[in-house]
Amino acid sequence: MSTPSQTVGPYLSIGLPWDDGPEVVPEGTPGAVVLRGVVRDGNGDPVPDAMIETWQADADGRFDHPDDPRGRVAGFRGFGRCPTDEQGRWSIRTVVPGPVPGSGGTPQAPHIDVSVLGRGLLHRVVTRIYFPEHTEAHAADEVLNAVPEERRGTLIAVREGDGYRFDVRLQGDGETVFFEV
Amino acid sequence: MTLPTYRPDPDGTHPPLGFPGYRSTALRHPKQPLVLLPQMLTEVTGPLLGPGRLGEHDNDLTRQHAGEPQGQRIVVHGRLLDGDGRPVRNSLVEIWQANAGGRYRHTGDRWPSPVDPNFDGVGRTLTDDDGHYEFTTIKPGAYPWKNHDNAWRPAHIHFSVFGTSFTQRLVTQMYFPEDPLFAQDPIFNSIPDEKARMRMVSRFDLARTRPEWALAYEFDIVLRGRDASVFEDEEDDE
Repeated sequence: MSTPSQTVGPYLSIGLPWDDGPEVVPEGTPGAVVLRGVVRDGNGDPVPDAMIETWQADADGRFDHPDDPRGRVAGFRGFGRCPTDEQGRWSIRTVVPGPVPGSGGTPQAPHIDVSVLGRGLLHRVVTRIYFPEHTEAHAADEVLNAVPEERRGTLIAVREGDGYRFDVRLQGDGETVFFEV
Repeated sequence: MTLPTYRPDPDGTHPPLGFPGYRSTALRHPKQPLVLLPQMLTEVTGPLLGPGRLGEHDNDLTRQHAGEPQGQRIVVHGRLLDGDGRPVRNSLVEIWQANAGGRYRHTGDRWPSPVDPNFDGVGRTLTDDDGHYEFTTIKPGAYPWKNHDNAWRPAHIHFSVFGTSFTQRLVTQMYFPEDPLFAQDPIFNSIPDEKARMRMVSRFDLARTRPEWALAYEFDIVLRGRDASVFEDEEDDE
């Protein structure tokens, strides 16, 4: 029987952030992009005491993990962590992941798994980030296809500046699609 | 491609996202239904964060400054396990907490209890090959918050653990036995199942106290278990 989840509370920033948390890849990595966004609540107000965590494959769609049946690729942390600031903003530096095998041999569209933790969240909420240029892969993606069509757009980042924008809306108009994992 | 899968936790184990007693959930819980995310490669893998995350005194919160912090020294130890009792090895455990007076070393915490200059309230360690972790710290105090009339959080230590897959990621709070503040705390009571709720309460551990030095509490953290691998069983039958 599992231990229950509890909120990180308002003071998560004393214990959880790391100096290099937002750097999934070091500065100067070829193909590096900045992924940024704002977390908002049901009033549309920024959430200043939340934290975003990301988990993803490398540019070839591989994981540094023993349960990757293709064998682990050492050296790619794949994990990003960034608390939100006073304006609810977060950002990480990473690379766009490659396609990851799905069920039945169909590759999944490149994606990043995301946890959102924060005060007022008794349990993390989970979402996925997809990238706007992979429209063909999106049409075949098993997870995106399980999401009501009118809400799919909340999972697709917007090209912006040196990377992408992905805003999280916890509740209300344009509420982000969250997943049960 | 055969991947491990992780079984869902039983109903009542985790708190609902919307819980009126904890007012901050009101504007922060999704109102649309959650969409089922199948467990594919991204979900059954997860970050493996090794010793590179640790500094010298990260597991002893009483030795991070030149002077000793105020309060009762305690040892907090336990095991990180999956739902089948298997130890989760070499895995990062992060904690944060208030000081003995119930005050966090955080600019947002303004209630009139003193900050302890010798206590940051932040710890990190790795589990060993048997899933054990141990911290030396100070028993945190209770503190008031403005959730309801005369609201006080029971003393607690925040824990963050990763497990071995994205599906196992867990943040929780460790409480102390028989705290009289449990009955009025909506965060503690947000867990529907009483047995599950009591799994957040540590056990006083006389055997691990250090004579004339520290009390001890034991707190095991159990993560989602793996489903039995039906594929292997079927092959065995043939």
